[in-house]
Amino acid sequence: MKIAVVVQRYGPSINGGAELHARYIAEHLARHAEVEVWTTCASDYVTWRNELAAGVDRVNGVAVRRFRVARERDPLAFGRRSVRVFEARHSIQDELDWLEEEGPASPELVGHVAAHAGDFDFCLFFSYRYYHAYHGARAAGGRAVLVPTAERDATVALTIFGPLLRGVRALMYNSPEERAMIHAVAGNHEVPGVVVGVGSEVPPNVQPGRFRHTHGVRGPFAVYVGRIDQNKGCNELFEYFQSYVADPTSRLSLVLIGNSLLPIPAHPRIRHLGFLDDTDKFDAIAAADLLIMPSYFESLSMVALEAWALGRPVLANGKCDVLKGQCIRSNAGLYYDNYAEFAEALRVIEHNRWLSTMLGRNGRQFYREHYDWPVIERKYLEMLKRLQGSPAVGAFEPIPGWLARRRENVPPAESVLERLPIGPAIDGSRPESQAARPAMRRGLA
Amino acid sequence: MADSSPRTDPVNVEQIMEQIRARIREKRGVDSAEREIQEQATAKLAAFLDPAAAHADLIDQLRKVQPAYEAPQLPAYEFEDSTLYESTRGLLTAIRRLLNPILKLFFNPNPLIRALNVQSKLNAITAEREAKREAMRLVSEQRQYELLHDLMVEMTRTAIETKNLRMRVESVASRLEFNERRTRGLESAMPYKAGDAAAPSAERPSRAPAAPAPPPQGPQPGPQPASTMPSGAPGQLAEGQRSRRRRRRRGRRGGGMGVPVATPAVNPPPSSDRDGSAEMVRREDLETFGGAASHPTEAEPAGEHEEPAAASAPPPPTDPEHQ
Repeated sequence: MKIAVVVQRYGPSINGGAELHARYIAEHLARHAEVEVWTTCASDYVTWRNELAAGVDRVNGVAVRRFRVARERDPLAFGRRSVRVFEARHSIQDELDWLEEEGPASPELVGHVAAHAGDFDFCLFFSYRYYHAYHGARAAGGRAVLVPTAERDATVALTIFGPLLRGVRALMYNSPEERAMIHAVAGNHEVPGVVVGVGSEVPPNVQPGRFRHTHGVRGPFAVYVGRIDQNKGCNELFEYFQSYVADPTSRLSLVLIGNSLLPIPAHPRIRHLGFLDDTDKFDAIAAADLLIMPSYFESLSMVALEAWALGRPVLANGKCDVLKGQCIRSNAGLYYDNYAEFAEALRVIEHNRWLSTMLGRNGRQFYREHYDWPVIERKYLEMLKRLQGSPAVGAFEPIPGWLARRRENVPPAESVLERLPIGPAIDGSRPESQAARPAMRRGLA
Repeated sequence: MADSSPRTDPVNVEQIMEQIRARIREKRGVDSAEREIQEQATAKLAAFLDPAAAHADLIDQLRKVQPAYEAPQLPAYEFEDSTLYESTRGLLTAIRRLLNPILKLFFNPNPLIRALNVQSKLNAITAEREAKREAMRLVSEQRQYELLHDLMVEMTRTAIETKNLRMRVESVASRLEFNERRTRGLESAMPYKAGDAAAPSAERPSRAPAAPAPPPQGPQPGPQPASTMPSGAPGQLAEGQRSRRRRRRRGRRGGGMGVPVATPAVNPPPSSDRDGSAEMVRREDLETFGGAASHPTEAEPAGEHEEPAAASAPPPPTDPEHQ
């Protein structure tokens, strides 16, 4: 089987969520199929500047073909167009202009997809929201499989993405919440789809003591891993945590790992260690009492999965449907909607060692059942084999004509988003934690 | 939160969250208070202190309360020399102008026109002034509302903080009470080893013969005879120690009353040491209040007045008094 992975950026030093996701999938599928990656020369997702050399390269044994981006992003123009399509009544042409402005506009890449998609069995497109996925999937036609990595933001409600989400051969979702949201916005129930997600490369020899020794961290602590940004809910986290540690019974500290775009509060119980390599990161998670995920928007929190893989409980922002759903399905994390819940849930995890251990154990089991690499690889291969055995049905809806594209009859994306159902996608088929089952059976016996 | 999850059942996050919410409701009272606290938690104090930050929200609220200011529709006060002859019909206006010289033969309309013109200007000025005054009044009222709103926000915040502090005080009080109970429980549950029991019993015989019946320096408490109790057998030793502990407890409850009286009665210090013993008592009171030296297994502080007597005391089996 020959598979092309098409993604906006690719490289060993590129740690964005969707990009890392694409690299992991490419490297793991390469064990079962012939994989080639098609991407751009950009490494910065804000400017899309051509920083890497065009042409063929190899990254961890996978062939990578890079194409130049035609023009860098103009942040001001992009901001203006974003305001128009998200907040005002607009036309389809406005949305197409927004997509062009967002980038990474690489007609070379799209041209290559159109010319060579036929040589491959499938083209896996990552991140529905970018230029390469919208135009590339249309160019690939019946071979396009989309990994949308969609978050609950206004972009998903843009009209132009409806035909994309309905036209691809299959969708590989990250979570049931993402699937429910895309079904609601695009009405693509007929398109084959499976909730897969992504695994993580958790090292086998994690050493919590090494982290404590290296960084001089003492006592119990909660860890946050990721970009320290307002969009990730870090402001709220700082505010809540400082209020929490005012309680004299709390001994918890907060350790922050990642590059900061925010001023870190000068508080004796808050420590910022900056960006750490993977070894230190995993050591830190293993040494922590819990991981806090304050983000409002997540398609799939890899760091939460990593914490669960290491048997650590998670305290997540309950306003993020995906995180809340994962906590409920795994029975491995608590969540909060306000300060009172944050403080109480944190207090429970800090002081109730038994509960904390049980949550961690459930998390480890949840990870093994759903996000371990053999499970992920199997789900991908099963879906691709299923698609190979069935003919492609349906096609991409054509882009409206010149006049129809300019008719200002499209509602603001934010108003469309508001009408979408919210909340975690919990139903009768909710997976139950394996750790819970034996105990339940014991209880019944 | 030990009651969040039953130990025999599997962990259910939804149930735990329900219990957490129930606990929050129980702690914080009714939902309205909860909402207020949420608002306070999400808003920054700076927003209240910085009028620029609070202004936008306030204006929106005030607009809801008060209608926006609209300039008044002033009547047309203009009165020019042609006003008397104006008409909506052009032909009539022309005829009036034509006949104007004939009219002036009957009377002079110019003073009348001038007077009315001045009057119209006065009317316009007055109306404009009144409109400005009205606008100023509205602005002033808005500022008053703003101030009132700020005060209310501050008051709400203070009330919530007071409530939180009261809860914290209650929590600390209950914790203190718990610690007291725990201390007493530990004291009563402490097993007595023969070696441990020997030391106090060794102190007592040495004190009893050495104690010349001192002149009463204060009220004599009940536990005083404990020092003269026979303590040869281990059970008797334990009994003696129990009574000593009882004395200590009474001392704690009574604010250290038992300590200053019992100590000089058993082992009266030399007269030159009296000031020093009083100082020691004060120190012991503080230690007792702080929980220090309340545990029976804790050693007496070195240099205390009892130490020389205990050190010079013979071992219990050879003590003739006890035999």
